[in-house]
Formats: sequence, C-alpha cells, structure tokens
Amino acid sequence: MPEQLAFTIEVFLNGLMAGVLYALVALGFVLIYKASGIFNYAQGVMALFAALTLVGIMEGQVPFAHLINAILGTDVHHFGWHVPAFLAIGLTMVVMIVLAYLVQRFVFRYLVGQEPIILFMATIGLAYFMEGVGDLMWGSEIKTLDVGLPQGINIAIDETTYGWFGYGFFIDNLDIVAAIIAILLVTGLVLFAQYTKQGRAMRAVADDHQAALSVGVSLNFIWILVWSLAGFVALVAGIMWGAKSGVQFSLSLIALKALPVLMLGGFTSIPGAIVGGLIIGVGEKLFEFLIGAPFLGGATENWFAYMLALIFLVFRPQGLFGEKIIERV
Amino acid sequence: MFYREAGDFNTSYPEDSQTFPIKFDRWRYYAVLFVAIFVIPFLINDYWVNSIFLPFLIYSIAAIGLNILVGYCGQVSLGTGGFMAVGAYACYKLMTSFPDLSMVVHVLLAGGITAGVGVLFGLPSLRIKGFYLAVATLAAQFFLVWLFNRVPWFYNYSASGQISAPERTFLGVNITGSNTDAWATYLFCLFFVILSAYIARNLTRGSVGRKWMAIRDMDIAAEIIGVNPLRAKLTAFAVSSFFVGISGALFFSVYLGAVEVGEAFGITKSFLVLFMIIIGGLGSIFGSFAGAAFLVLLPVALKIIGVDWLGWPTDIVAHLQLVVVGALIIIFLIAEPHGLAQLWRVAKEKLRLWPFPH
Repeated sequence: MPEQLAFTIEVFLNGLMAGVLYALVALGFVLIYKASGIFNYAQGVMALFAALTLVGIMEGQVPFAHLINAILGTDVHHFGWHVPAFLAIGLTMVVMIVLAYLVQRFVFRYLVGQEPIILFMATIGLAYFMEGVGDLMWGSEIKTLDVGLPQGINIAIDETTYGWFGYGFFIDNLDIVAAIIAILLVTGLVLFAQYTKQGRAMRAVADDHQAALSVGVSLNFIWILVWSLAGFVALVAGIMWGAKSGVQFSLSLIALKALPVLMLGGFTSIPGAIVGGLIIGVGEKLFEFLIGAPFLGGATENWFAYMLALIFLVFRPQGLFGEKIIERV
Repeated sequence: MFYREAGDFNTSYPEDSQTFPIKFDRWRYYAVLFVAIFVIPFLINDYWVNSIFLPFLIYSIAAIGLNILVGYCGQVSLGTGGFMAVGAYACYKLMTSFPDLSMVVHVLLAGGITAGVGVLFGLPSLRIKGFYLAVATLAAQFFLVWLFNRVPWFYNYSASGQISAPERTFLGVNITGSNTDAWATYLFCLFFVILSAYIARNLTRGSVGRKWMAIRDMDIAAEIIGVNPLRAKLTAFAVSSFFVGISGALFFSVYLGAVEVGEAFGITKSFLVLFMIIIGGLGSIFGSFAGAAFLVLLPVALKIIGVDWLGWPTDIVAHLQLVVVGALIIIFLIAEPHGLAQLWRVAKEKLRLWPFPH
C-alpha cells in the first residue's frame, strides 16, 4: 500500500521538523546545565518572554500598560510607532541580556553550592515570576508574531513528491526555515564553545568551578554569558514557535516538550539534544499516526515522549550521550 | 515567658518520646484540635468553607503526602496532580459501583489504589535520581491525565467527559452532592486531615521515617548501613501516594463535586503542592499545614487587596499573583530553605528566652 507508506513518510518528515524545534529548546537547557549545573526549567518561559517582548517592541506597546492604567487611571497602550523586525530582535536581545544579568545577580549568586534540586526548584519559581512579569508587561492576550519568515505549504516539495508517489507531502516552509536556523545555531554554538576564548572559559567553568576560578576565569561573567546565550536560544525558539502558533501562554509549555528530549539525549550533550529531539519528534508523530490515533483515542503526543524517556532511562540512566554517572560516597 | 519547659518532667520513656514532649506544646495542640472540632463548625458558612477551609484541609493532606516523598525521602515528584486524579477517579468509580458502602471506605480505598499506582511509577526511582526522577514523574502526570481523559470507562461514558459526585451520606448527613451543609463537609475533611497527620507524624519519627531520611541524606551510605533502598523508596512512594490519593478523592467528591481532569489535576496542581511544601518547609508535618494555609490564603488576600480595595482588574491581580508566588519561592529558597516551619522553630526558640535573652 504505497499510499499508507507515503503518509508514513510524510509524518516522519513532519516529526523530523518538530524534532528540530524541540532540539532548539533543549539546546538552551544543555547550555545552562553544562556551564552552571543548573537545570533551567524557566527556559520555556524565557522563550515566551522573549517572544512577548519582541512583539511588544515591534508593535510599540507601552510596557506595564495595564498596570499603569490601573494605578494611575490613565489610558496608555501604544507609543504609536512600529519598529522594524531586525531592530526589534536586537532590542529584545538586549532585554534578554539584562534579564540574564538580573537572574545571576539576584537569584543564582545566592544559590551557589546548593544542591541541584534546590536550584531546579528555584528555576520553577523563576518561571512563575517571569510568566507573571511578561503578562503584566505586555498583556496576556494571544498575539501574532510576523518577522517575515516564509509560511505555508512548500510548493516544490509538494509537487516533487506528487510526481513520485502520486500524493503531495504537506511540509510547512516555516518548519524548513526553523530546521535550517537550528542547524546554523547549533554549528555556531559548537564553534563558539570550541574555538573562542569565552567558549573555552565556559567549558572550564563547566568542568570545575574551583579550578576555573584559580586560573582567573570570572564565574559571574561566564554565568551571565551563559544565561544570555540561553536567552538568545530562547529568543530564536520563541520566534519560531511564535510564528508557528501565535505568542501565548502555551509557548512556555515547550519546556515540557524539551525535558524528555534532554533525558533521552543526556543533559550534558549538545549532539544528544539534537538526536534526542529528532528521535522524540519522529517517535511521537509516528506513534500518534500508527498506534495512538487508530487504537488509543489520540492525543498521545502529550505523554509519549515522557514514557519513552522514562523507559529508556531505566536502562541507561545517563541518556544516550550523557556522561556516565559515577557516584562516590 | 510564653513558652516554658522548666518544671516539665518526664518520668518514663513513653512520656519522653511522645510527639509533643513539652507540656505547653501539648496543650496548644489540644486547644487547636478543640477549636477545629468543636468551635469552627458552628461559626462557618458556605463561603468560608468553600474558599478557605476545604481547600486548606485538602491541600494539607496532599502536602503531607508530597512532603513524605520530597521532604523526608528526597525523591522529587512533579506528578502530584496525576496522583490526585487517580484518587478522584478511583473514588468516583467506587462511589458509583458500590453505592451502599460508606464514604469513608471509598476515600480510604481510593487512597489505597493511588498507593498502588504510585509504587508503579516509583519503580524507576531505583535507577533514576535527582531531577532525572523529577522529570520522569512528569510522565506519570501526563500519562494519567491523558488516560482519564481518553478512556471512557473511567468517567462512566458520560457525554461531557466530566465526573460528578453522586449524593452520598455519612451517618445520615449529606457529604457529597449539591445539598451539603458547610459544617458537615468541613468535619468530614477534618477527620481525614487529623488521621493523615497522625499517621504521617508517627511514621516519620519511627523506623520507616528514619530509613527515608537516611536515603534522602545519602542513599549510598544508607544502603551500606543496611537500609534497603528498594523498600524505603517504594514505601515512601506508596505512603505519599496514599495521602495524595485521599486528598484527590476529597478534592473531587467533597470540594468540587464535578471535575474535568485536565483542568483540575493538571501540572499546575503538581507545582502548587510542591510550592506549598517548599514555602512551608521540607521535611516537616507542620510545614505542610503552614504552606497549604499560606498558598490558599495568598490568592484570597491578593484578591481582596487588589480587586476589592484598589479596584484593579482581576487579570492584573492574577498575573501579580504569579509574580508574588514565584518571587516567594526564590526568596524562601535563598533565605530560608527550610520554610515557614523553620521560622516557627526559630520563633519558639526566641520565645523560650524571651524577656531575658543571654
């Protein structure tokens, strides 16, 4: 049955594209985890915050407009200008760097040396905080984000596959762009980590805080750098997901999508995040298509990734590419 | 001045090892019980019960349950919402399948079923540790919610996909359904709270609790001195889920009456209960109550201040609430990782010496 096969291939390809986006979010986690040992639950909310800020700047919204109106009884909402996309992206990046500084200065500086699980819970608190601030600043209604990325069905692939299978694949242009950007981003990050001075310092910090300090690496600077990088990844992820499905609260839930990716790929590995993302993207789409929808009542995508990761971890606790967990007393 | 232990002599081991060895503490405890059982039921109305007392009591049970797992045994779980859903749906199935049995039996059985499910999802904890486990428990959260959403047997094939509690009585008084009295539901929940706190308190200071704490502090060392990690972790999961299941059953049957699973037992519920025990104090039964009270009262207080006094729109207050809760979590983790319970302990120490500190 070639038609069934064609469907399956299409689902496979779409899963691959979704997987790239998961990997993109997971990458932000890996960066922070490697450099500071913090498992940053707030990564998804950072993506939401970045996307909200970007839309807000582009539309010329007044920050905290609702709050100002409520307190002062005024009626401000827009400055009345529109900022071009590339400038707005730059400004948003500045905001994310400031945010990275604040997070480091007011939260994690005081939590150095705490157990990882305490740090994890602190990032959950941070996620709530940032979600509230983001909503207060820019309002919580669903916004559309348009930075000029191509959208809609890719005609070329549709026609080519129609020639091959007699059935045109539906693959969104946006997904293709996202995949290309993700690949560029990953390459860039790997090059940065391997071949620049800051990248080397970052790896040194990840390896051993004390040793890094003793050879003159500034921990504070590196952590701010790492959080800024994570903010940058969050911004890219926010743009991609925001363009795909609108900027809204559910954007922050992509963090929950990225968690099983991390567990599968290993928390410490950049290639792991990519491979894990692809496996989960493809796996959940194929499972939904072949088993979930016909036999289990659908919507299995919510939990499939977690179950897969859970079962996988029982056999290999450090994930696919993670460093072997060695326990000492 | 207020808090004296001078002249308070224990002359036997049982006296020395009782839960409240200091007389003042003991009398305060009896006084609280007396007020809770004999005074409050006569004073409350529907508003008080539904907005403060029932959520406080029910979340206290959930917080005690989660505290056993996270605070005493050190296994962080983000699946509380899912386990509460198990309790709720087990209770619903039992209520509709065996209408003649007492509600108390239903709730306890629902807890038991949840304990079984908890053990099942606790099995990976033997291999996975720390936040790997925390993330793994999210599997329970998503899978269970999906299961109750998609398998019609669980909601008795009702058209809306909701479950709603049929009318049940206990000792001839309506407990569930639409015609309930404020005092009846309050006392019914209070019974389970006292039961849970009593069991939890005594488990955690007995040998089981010591094993949990040994596992929490360093699992390899605990294993070397002869604590069986399999048994310790799985009993923690079982006991914890038992309480969480009870709270889920009460949450559905007594408090809400009708439940849509994704809405009532979503991941936000898991975080809410986790926040309760962080703010209240990890590894403390009193902390579970304090945290539950704090996070139940906070939205009410914010709403009164923001909406009623200042006249702000409700959505701003809702967002502000997120900010406040998030900030509080961070502040507590930085300033007082042992939460309100530790503040209480410090206050007691201060009061012991009060007018004449050294």
